[in-house]
Amino acid sequence: MSIVKSVTCPICGCLCDDIELTVENNEVVKVKNGCAICESKFIGYRGEHRIKTPLMRKNGKLVPVSMNEAVHAAAEVLANSTYPILYGWSSTSSEAQRVGVELTEEVGGIMDNTAVVCHGPSILGVQEVGIPTCTLGQIRHRADLIIYWGCDPWSAHPRHLERYTSFTEGRFEKSEWKAYMQKLKAQAGQKKMQSAMRIESGRTQLRPQTCSIPGMPQTMSKDGRKLIVIDVRKTMSAEMADYYIQVEPNKDYELMQALRVLVRDGELDVDKVAGVPVEYLKQVADALVNCEFGVIFFGMGLTQTAGKFRNVEVAISLVRDLNMRTKFSIMPMRGHFNVTGANVVSAWQTGYPYGVDFSLGYPRYNPGETTCMDVLLREENDASLVIAADPGANFPKKAIENMVKHPLIVIDPHMNATSMLGDIVFPSAFVGIEVEGTAYRMDHVPLPLKKVVEPPKGILSDEEILTKILAQVKLIKSKKTAKKAEA
Amino acid sequence: MVEQKLKVTLLTGRTIEQGVGKEKGKASKEYFDACSMCYMDADDMKKLGVKNNTNILVSTPDGSVVLKAVKYPRSATPGLIYVPYGPWANAVCSDKTTSIGMPSFKGTPAEVEPAPNKQVLTIEELLKSEFGR
Repeated sequence: MSIVKSVTCPICGCLCDDIELTVENNEVVKVKNGCAICESKFIGYRGEHRIKTPLMRKNGKLVPVSMNEAVHAAAEVLANSTYPILYGWSSTSSEAQRVGVELTEEVGGIMDNTAVVCHGPSILGVQEVGIPTCTLGQIRHRADLIIYWGCDPWSAHPRHLERYTSFTEGRFEKSEWKAYMQKLKAQAGQKKMQSAMRIESGRTQLRPQTCSIPGMPQTMSKDGRKLIVIDVRKTMSAEMADYYIQVEPNKDYELMQALRVLVRDGELDVDKVAGVPVEYLKQVADALVNCEFGVIFFGMGLTQTAGKFRNVEVAISLVRDLNMRTKFSIMPMRGHFNVTGANVVSAWQTGYPYGVDFSLGYPRYNPGETTCMDVLLREENDASLVIAADPGANFPKKAIENMVKHPLIVIDPHMNATSMLGDIVFPSAFVGIEVEGTAYRMDHVPLPLKKVVEPPKGILSDEEILTKILAQVKLIKSKKTAKKAEA
Repeated sequence: MVEQKLKVTLLTGRTIEQGVGKEKGKASKEYFDACSMCYMDADDMKKLGVKNNTNILVSTPDGSVVLKAVKYPRSATPGLIYVPYGPWANAVCSDKTTSIGMPSFKGTPAEVEPAPNKQVLTIEELLKSEFGR
């Protein structure tokens, strides 16, 4: 039995690097410091859903084949296609992503990563107006106002609050954990009081909370870090917040523009914006302006609702306005552990962060045209390679219908929805558990991923599988060129 | 009065259970339980005569899917339904990318009706019915 310390968790963009794993007989048996999702991955990686051998669809069924046969078949598909999509890249190492760029260029396809259905609109917003941002370390030590807009860290990035924002003990800002626990105790006490009063008076209705404006924060004037959550529904994160604003669906843009007016000391001629009383917004604007250092974290609540990249653009503009009065930063809550890396690698190799089209022999980027979702919906693709992502589970139905009309190559450790739909399926080793590599945290800090156990016999890494396919593609193409020259 | 159908706004997104399920395996029971459900407002459920943990049919112009209705525990969300990311949510999500590559996963108009006699499909059944594989 051995204990491996300081392991980086390969799940979400937080990349928590304080995980302790107990390894016994080449298996992880205990996880310390991780969240529920972390534990599920480190314990569940070796479960019954693991693909054990390369598979190919024959007579409608996936049957085991040799690695050699699968590599040859995949290379044939890619080398003979005219407009293949090479999609995914976000749950693998930057080293594998780099080989992916070379492979895409070689086959003249489209290289797109999961940002397209995640923070792609954020990238577009950033390309419009730039981004004032910082590292999570700065936020941990200095930020006294944290806003989560359209995201629920408790569900998607469970340790974000604990490691980087409200509940972390920073050098200059203290953790709010004790204050939150006290609030919970006070609320529980209040409930007990109400219950006692109800029994006493025989009332069946709970007494309404004393509050002049509905949803008005009672702890807004408190010292220390403040937490504001803006969402369309009250999430677990919202329950922890000092201030929760329930915005109407698809109206984040209006709300943000209203805040911009108030931050600039303007007046609003309406009583409510996006379902939120203006009086309430004025207090929020005061809190924003009066903080020392604030940060907005935003998620799919902005990028997937009406407005999409315009929501992000205006959020960044709000931060720009706030920087005239105080100090403010903004950061997207990146989902997959290395989706940031996929953008970084793609940008440094091709000049563009996602949706890169190599069909003309040079990289081209025009979101809406060269993004894989649009190519699929226009039915222009003639083959696909999916790696380290699961569009079968996460793309709209029509896109997948078109994906499975043509040969589909899948590289993944697990039998996920895309693997179930695939024609050629490669099992791969888990990056960050069985293979080492590099991943970029959501604030663009690269961190090393550790290898803690050996992969199962015969299972290669994403990088090794891609390198084999690339070599075979090059061989097929050189033979073709030689044939043409002879003719 | 109990209504036959209810017009709602469909949101999809993450839940911690979905996160745990996806890491365990997409064919796992945890993933099925976490993703083949739909959070609804308690009053909306009353309007439709839907009991907690019974099945409903969610329909949009892009498709329809049977899900298990679960009362949203944290707040009133009238007119909103929330389905965790997964193949069930994507059976009804809008694929309109508004020319920027991103489909409309949140804020799609949808209709909900009770479907007590219809079964929620497993991931294998759902993929088979949608894509024939």
